[in-house]
This record gives sequence, C-alpha cells and structure tokens, in this order.
Amino acid sequence: MKEKLEQIKAEAVRQIQNSDGLAKLNDVRVAFLGKKGELTAVLKGMKEVLPEERPMVGQLVNETRESIEKLIEETKSKLEAAERDIRLKQEVIDVTLPAKKNRVGHRHPNTIALEEVERIFVGMGYEVVEGPEVEYDYYNFEALNIPANHPAKDEQDTFYINDKILLRTQTSPVQVREMEKGKLPIRMIAPGRVFRSDEVDATHSPSFHQVEGLVVDRHITFADLKGTLAEFAKQLFGENTRVKFRPHHFPFTEPSAEVDVTCFKCGGKGCRFCKGSGWIEILGCGMVHPRVLKMSGIDPEEYSGFAFGMGLERIALLKYEIDDMRLLYENDDRFLKQF
Amino acid sequence: MNTSLSWIKAYVPELDVDAQEYMDAMTLSGSKVEGYEKLDADLEKIIIGQITKIEKHPDADKLVVCQVDIGAGEDVQIVTGAPNVKEGQKVPVVLDGGRVAGGHDGKKTPGGIKIKKGKLRGVVSNGMMCSIEELGSNRDMYPEAPEEGIYIFGEDAAVGESAIQALGLDDVVFEYEITSNRVDCFGVLGIAREAAATFGKEFKPPVVAETGNSENANDFIKVTVEDTELCPRYCARVVKNIQIAPSPEWMQRRLAAQGIRPINNIVDITNYVMEEYGQPMHAYDLDTIAGREIIVRRAAKDEKFVTLDGQERTMDDSVLMICDGEKAVGIAGIMGGENSMITDNVTTMLFEAACFDGTNIRLSSKKIGLRTDASSKFEKGLDPNNAIDAINRACQLIEELGAGEVVGGVADVYGKRREGRKILFDPEKINRLLGTQIGKEEMLGYFQKIDLGYDAGTGEVLVPSWRQDLECLADLAEEVARFYGYDNIPTTLPTGEATTGKLSFKLRVEEVARNVAEYCGFSQGMSYSFESPKVFDKLLLPKDSGLRKTVVISNPLGEDFSIMRTIPLNGMLTSLSTNYNRRNKNVRLYELGNIYLPKQVPVTELPEERMQFTLGMYGEGDFYTMKGVVEEFFEKAGLSGKETYDPESGKPFLHPGRQANIIYDGKTVGYLGELHPQVADNYSIKGRAYVAVIDMPEIVALADFGRKYEGIAKFPAVSRDISMVMKKSILVGEVEKIFDAKGGQYLESYELFDIYEGAQIKAGYKSVAYSLTFRAKDKTLEEADYAPAMEKILKALEELGIELRK
Repeated sequence: MKEKLEQIKAEAVRQIQNSDGLAKLNDVRVAFLGKKGELTAVLKGMKEVLPEERPMVGQLVNETRESIEKLIEETKSKLEAAERDIRLKQEVIDVTLPAKKNRVGHRHPNTIALEEVERIFVGMGYEVVEGPEVEYDYYNFEALNIPANHPAKDEQDTFYINDKILLRTQTSPVQVREMEKGKLPIRMIAPGRVFRSDEVDATHSPSFHQVEGLVVDRHITFADLKGTLAEFAKQLFGENTRVKFRPHHFPFTEPSAEVDVTCFKCGGKGCRFCKGSGWIEILGCGMVHPRVLKMSGIDPEEYSGFAFGMGLERIALLKYEIDDMRLLYENDDRFLKQF
Repeated sequence: MNTSLSWIKAYVPELDVDAQEYMDAMTLSGSKVEGYEKLDADLEKIIIGQITKIEKHPDADKLVVCQVDIGAGEDVQIVTGAPNVKEGQKVPVVLDGGRVAGGHDGKKTPGGIKIKKGKLRGVVSNGMMCSIEELGSNRDMYPEAPEEGIYIFGEDAAVGESAIQALGLDDVVFEYEITSNRVDCFGVLGIAREAAATFGKEFKPPVVAETGNSENANDFIKVTVEDTELCPRYCARVVKNIQIAPSPEWMQRRLAAQGIRPINNIVDITNYVMEEYGQPMHAYDLDTIAGREIIVRRAAKDEKFVTLDGQERTMDDSVLMICDGEKAVGIAGIMGGENSMITDNVTTMLFEAACFDGTNIRLSSKKIGLRTDASSKFEKGLDPNNAIDAINRACQLIEELGAGEVVGGVADVYGKRREGRKILFDPEKINRLLGTQIGKEEMLGYFQKIDLGYDAGTGEVLVPSWRQDLECLADLAEEVARFYGYDNIPTTLPTGEATTGKLSFKLRVEEVARNVAEYCGFSQGMSYSFESPKVFDKLLLPKDSGLRKTVVISNPLGEDFSIMRTIPLNGMLTSLSTNYNRRNKNVRLYELGNIYLPKQVPVTELPEERMQFTLGMYGEGDFYTMKGVVEEFFEKAGLSGKETYDPESGKPFLHPGRQANIIYDGKTVGYLGELHPQVADNYSIKGRAYVAVIDMPEIVALADFGRKYEGIAKFPAVSRDISMVMKKSILVGEVEKIFDAKGGQYLESYELFDIYEGAQIKAGYKSVAYSLTFRAKDKTLEEADYAPAMEKILKALEELGIELRK
C-alpha cells in the first residue's frame, strides 16, 4: 500500500511538473484527486485494508493528497503568473496616441485676474460688492467731490443718458453707496464694468473693468493703505515685488497717490516692458476725502478711510503680456484657449 | 507742461542735479516728470571755430577747403560744400571723433552720427562745420540761422569754447504731468518753487521793479467789467513807441527749449511771461481800440466774430467778450480778434492780463470749438493776484529789452479780492491720518519751503492765494507727506474690528455658472454693453417688441454703440460670427453680462440691470447638448425641482420648431434653441448654431447651496419597462408629466432608453420606451406595492391616445 502511494505521488509530481498550462494542470488534478482519480480510488479500496492498519493508511493517503494539492497550487500560481506576464506583454499600448479630453472651456483673462484680486482681498476680510453700471451723476461725480462743471468730469469723457443719469466712468460710486448704508466698519472691494468715451484701439476701449477698494474705520491711516497695497502687490505679482507711492491728485481722496510696482519682467532693473524705468504703474489710491465721508453721512472727525482703484484690463494685459486690448472683446477661441 | 533745466536753475541757482535725479526726486515730491530730453544727447566735441582761410578744392567745383582756428594754436583743415562760408566767420565745428544729431535735411539719427577725419576728393578734412539742423534743432527755434548752410555765430562768440553751450543746447527739457489741482505749477516759477523745496535750495523768483513813465495808463484806456463773476480781474497797461525787433538770445533760447518759436520782442515777452508765470496775456494795437475803452461783457446770442487766425466764429450768450467802444476785439481768454491784433507797424500797445472764470472758459472753448494755449491755462482757474505780477514783469522786460516806452500805472478792475485761506494747524491729527510721528516744527519747515505761512498766535497755516487746492487739514497732510516722503511713511495693516471677507450670494451663483459652462466646454467671452439699434432687425424682432425700448446714450461713439442692450444675443452672435469667419471649429462661448431694461422711456430713473447667462455654440453638439448645460447648471445651483420646457416660446430669432422657454417652478427663467437660419445668415454663420439665455436674477432667487444627505438606498429596486407608440405631436414631456403625477410614492426615477421613428412604425408616429425604477426606503418592494401605480400610469397613457406595446 505504502509503495503504491509512493508510486502515485511520484507519478503525480512528474505529471504536475510536466504541465505546460493551467488546463493541463487541471487535468492532472482531476486524474489524481478527482472523484474518479487515482488517490480517490485508493481511498475507496480502504475496505480491503486491515482495520488496525486503516488509520495509518488513511493518514498516509491524506499526506499524499496534501502534498500533491500543495504542489498543484504552487504550480498553478507559477503558471498563472507566467500567463499574466504574457498577456501584459501583449497589451502594450502607444501612450503617445492623442488623449481623449472632455474639452473644458476657458475663463476670460479679465475674470482670472479679477479672481486673483478677489482672493487676496477676501483673505484680508474684504467683502465683494457691486453697484449699478448705469448710475446717477450724483454718485459718479458729485458725492465724490467732483461738483458740476468740475474739469475732472471732462477728463473722464462720460457717456450720458441725460442730465442726471450716465454710464459710470469708475467703480468709485459703489464706495458712496456702501458708505450711505451706514454700516461700519467697511472693508469692501467693488469690481465692475465702467465706460468712457474712448475710441477703440490697442490701448483703449469704451468699456472696461475696474476694481475699487474701500476701508472705513476708526484710526485708519495712510500707513495702513501703504501696508495693504504692498501686501496686495506681493500676493499678486510675487513675494519680491516692491511698491512705490507717488503723490497724485484725485478729487475724492486726500492725500492721494499713484502706485508703481517693480517690473515683474525685469525685477526693477529696467527693460523694454517697463520702458526702462523698472516700475509699472498699477493703481491710484488715497485717504478718503473728509468731504466725501461727510456727504455719505460718516463723521470724518471720528472715522477715516482709504480707497484705491485699479483697471482690471491693465492687470490682465500686464500679467499675461497681451499687447492689444481689442483681443479681450473679440472672443476669438484661439485667444481664449490660452487662459 | 515742459520746462528746461536751465530755466529752473535761473530761479534755483544752487540746484545741481543731473536729469535722472531731478526726475526721480520731483516725481516723488508730487511734480510728476514723465520724461526728459537731453538736447545734447547726440552732440559731442563741437566747438566754436573761426574760418581763417578759404581756398578752392583742386578737384571739385562745389567744395572749398577751409582753415579753421579752433583756439588750439594750429588751424585745422576742413572741407565743406556749404554755400555760405566766408573768411572770418565763427562757426560750430565738430572735430574728429565727435557726433552730430542728424543730417542737414533736419532728419535726426538715433544715437547721432559719428564724424571722423577723412579725405574729400583727395583733400584731408579733419571734421565738419555744422548747420543748425545737424545740431538737432531748426530755424524755427534759431531764426537767425541761414536758410541753407552752416550756422554762423555772432562776432562775440569765443573761439575754442563749446558751441553746444553757446547755442544753449547743453540743456535738458523735462515733461511734467501736472494734476489739475496744481494750477500754480503750470508756470516755470511754480515748478521752480517745488524744485527748490524738493532739493532744499533757495528759491529766487525774479524781482519785479516798478516800471513806467510819469504818464498814467488810466488816461489812455478806460476799463469796464460788466460781468465780474466771469472776469474777477482785468489789468491793462500801455506801452508807447514800440520798437519791434528780435528778442535777445537768452530769451529765444529759453523759449526754444520749451518748444516755442521766437518771433519778435513783443510776442516773445508775452510768451515768456506766460510760461514763467502761467498767466496768458494779450496785446492789442491801442490805435484800433475805439473810444479808448475796454468793456468786458457777454456775447450776444449768435454774435459773429473773426479771430486773429482769420476764422469767423459764432458765439452764444455765455461766451465772454472783450470789446471796445464799438465792437468786440477778442474772445476773453481764448483768442484775440483780427481787428485789433498788433502788426509790425504798431506804435502803441494795450497789454491785457486778466483772470477769467475757468469753468466758463472751458465751456466756451468747447462751444466755439477753439482751444488755445491761453484757454487751456485759463480753464484751470487762475489766481487773480498773479495777473498783476505777470503784467508788471512783462513791462519790466519791455523796458529792459528796449522794446518800448512803458506808461506808468495800471488800469486795474479787481472786484472781490481773492485772499489766501487760513487752515487750523493740528499736527497731531495729521500724524493720526498719516500713521506717522512727525514733529510740529518739521511740518512747519515743510510749509515754509513752499511759502505757506504760519500764525503762531492763532495756530493757523496761511495759504497763499495761488494754492487754491489747499482747503482743509487733509490737504496740509498731503503737503507734509510729500516732503516727508511717501517712502518714509511706515507700512502697517489696518487694525480694529475684524471683518469677514466674502462674495455676495449672487456672485457665488455666477461662479457656479462659470464653472458649469467651462466644464461643458464653453469659454468665457465679454462683449460691449452698448450696441446698435439695428440689432433688433438683425434678430427679426417685431417693430412693436418691448425689447426695442432702450436706454439711449445721448453722446455715443456712433450709432453702433448708441443703445444699452436689452437682449444679450447680439454680442454672443457677433463673437460666434467672428470665430466662424476665422474658421475656428466647434466653438462654444458663454458670457455673463447685464442687460438694461428701462423702467420708462425716456429714462428718468436708473434702468433695471439684469445679469444674463448666455451660451452659444456651433459645430459639434445639438439642442440637447445645450439643454444638458442648462440642467447641469440648475443642478449645481441647487435647483432641486424639475425644470420643464415650453416649445411655445415665440422667439423670432430661433428656429420655430426648435426652441423652448425654460420653466422652473411655474416661472420662465430663460430660453434656448437653435438659431433661426435667417438670423444665422444675418451674422454670416453657416450651419446650425445654438443659444441659451438664462435670466440670472430668477436663478439667484431659487439657488440654494444647502445640501442634506439622504441615506443611500439599502433595499433593492424594481425596474419596469414601458414601450409605447404615439403620435409624433405628443411630447415626451407629457409622458413624463404622467410618470410624475401617477408614479406614486415608490417611483424613484425613470429614464428614456429608446426613441425611434421610421420603418416598422406607422407614418406620423414614434416609438418611445422608458424604464421606470421603483424603490422603497424601508423594505423590499413586492408587486402589490407598485402595481397600482403602474396601472394608473398605463391608464393615463392610454387616455392620451398612446398605444402600449406588450
């Protein structure tokens, strides 16, 4: 009996080792371990074994069975691995074939620039607010310390609807509307469309966008204005950006300034981009004129504030080095796709 | 405004800076220098030489060989073709290795032209004698220069000295951007005062001595000002025995550097003082002034007047005129008349220095359509106290230059005197506004530099009348800040109550619209808010369409930009058209922009501005692609209900069978459809194009970013298919309405999985198949649970005339 089992085992091992595929291996399994397999046949012949020898023989059969099973499993794993390797080799693809894209659309460069500006100021606690584009003369001029017949009104080349109503020339009227609400302190930015009667060319458009900023609180200083805009410039144009404040004049702020940033192309050394100066003008700002505060119902003795305004197109043109403003309003797909 | 550095130095003698330093420092103290031009940038090694000998060139008829004394002991030989050289003349000579600015034709060469010694037809030439054009200028600025040939110096020119200096070309001209509030800086003196303060040097304005003979101007002329509002001051002086002659070289040079052409002594003095004081003046031939009187009055309506440029102009009654006893002789502050202008034969002159209301001059100049150097100065609102200084300065120059005999006294009509302001000085408050700790004395030091006085008794800062821009303490704060240096003010961040940064809800919904549009392949466009009234015809809108009631711009750039849009499609279609005509394929665009709906026509209050989300596309995709974008947006905006589509939307610009209003919650919130082929044609778009317009205020009102988690279904669903044959005219929307109405509590969803018409289906019919899914949250459904609902659905479908296929 024992010899027979040894023989069966030896034969099984030989056949297993000779199996060159999973199918063959399965045949071997059936031939030895199956219901009609040789080992099963041995078990069936147990009744011919003496009762006292049966446990010993039974154990022997089981041991043989286990070792065959183990070998089959091991061989099966090996064969499977080999077959997978073959399949993987066959499945090589050309990874340089074109991608299948869900063609995502593109955001307008103005909007991208605006979102950057918004992100910076929202992070500093500013609320983003809006005001009407068709506006009363009062809000666009008078309440901003630009009375009737003030030369600044001519300078801004206003589109009028009638004596009292116009297309706003700046986003500054939103300042006034916000102050009139009487809720202090104020920290707001107001982006939006503005209009001036400039003929269309590479650097002018009768319709463009500004972002206005306003902070009104107790103890707001010119130093705060400088700090805020320096931080803004760093976030928008890079950590190494420096700012320069130059005295200027706006009717609704006093003191007023224009702000230059170091040229982000040359870092301030001077290049063609900044016309050799190393600086690029980006915005106007100042301390809110006490008369403007007063007209909006805020006591300038108790409160002070600063305001600033910048052209969004200017930022977008500078940041993305777009050389013709008309491109922003043509909506050519080949232009928009670059952003 | 321009000034030359040399003219500034005339009043700030200690000023010693180079051009770049000057530009930087002046800009930082508030007088913005836009740029500068060094007149001698391209001039090098040019000295005054004297021609000692001229000989014929042995080989060329048109050339001569000159020996030139350049003060170096030995003469240099120069060959020239200039027709005007003579022995003994002093001329500018550029030596070997030097540079000139350009050719004698007046064309400048960037970087200049290098001059080297060489041979001209075999004869050595060691340099070149220069014409005024080669020196970078022209005969307008140097009228004494010959029409053709070499510039000839006067006899007193010093041989061997710099010709550049002798011609005043060793100068820099600065261009400033002066803001409208700094009227005083539209004159050289004003800028010189700023320069002195900026660099901490002494400011020395010209000392104007008393002028005039023992006669009195008031015996020559009587001045009456009828409108003292429009003419706060009128000063007149008289000059007899005028001797017209060229003005002296120094004056010509200064004017030339400003870009003003020297003419003769009288004109030059007028221009010189206008530049110096910023005060325009006018000279009349006194012999043409009828009745020896000047009356300042408003013009009659439609009064005609010939200005000194020979043009007849029409006034209206707001224009101020200078008149004599019989007629108008000038338009106040804008231009004098042809009838009274001075000529070379003038003997007695009336000099006018007046002050006019700036606004009136500005408006008048616009009305007449004539803007002059004088009007552009007057319109800023000049200081009446400056007028008398200027006219006295002019008379002083007339005496100094021997241009005439100045009559004593002034005919001066000065209504209400303009006094300087007084502003209470509060250094503490200035520091609080600036965020600085500048001492009181330091502040007063800055004020003193720009001639602001201080009354220690009352604690008031005394502002001179030329600084009308200084009105309140904030203005003084700016004066302190700019001389303390904006750079030196610290940088801090606002303290105080914390505020929350945020976007408004409306802006958040717009952000969702942008995101969805872009995910769906649409790129963002922007178009103008104003357009042509013709767009309504292009869009086939009927004549009585309410959309034709618009907000109209009274002064548009042209008809194409004359009305505020009431429908956002023209911008979109124009953009699609641009892309189509540039052969861009598969274009998808969206825009978020306002339309402007007037509340009444004509407009008396602000129109309603409604944000429109407009989508447009051509190429790949169809009506249902567009519909998909709309629904994706609604879903992301949190519109949890179901939108429906009404094909009876009546949009004339859309395909009559392929358009729908988008209805949500019973309200029309937008529309979509295929572009009407006629409209596509109007915009030169071939093939099909699709648009959708969503009225954002409606969506903002419905949007909701709140979300609540509902448990994921634990129990299995039951799916039942319904296959139908129906008339083509029945919309699947009606079928879905039945599902919604009759589906009962367990109907979870339904999905169209087949729609077909054609072979096997009878003509005029279509086959439609839906899969319905039923599910309960709390149990496994049994047939009895959903069978009644199925039955109701089938019954309702049959009532609609729909045939069910088993």
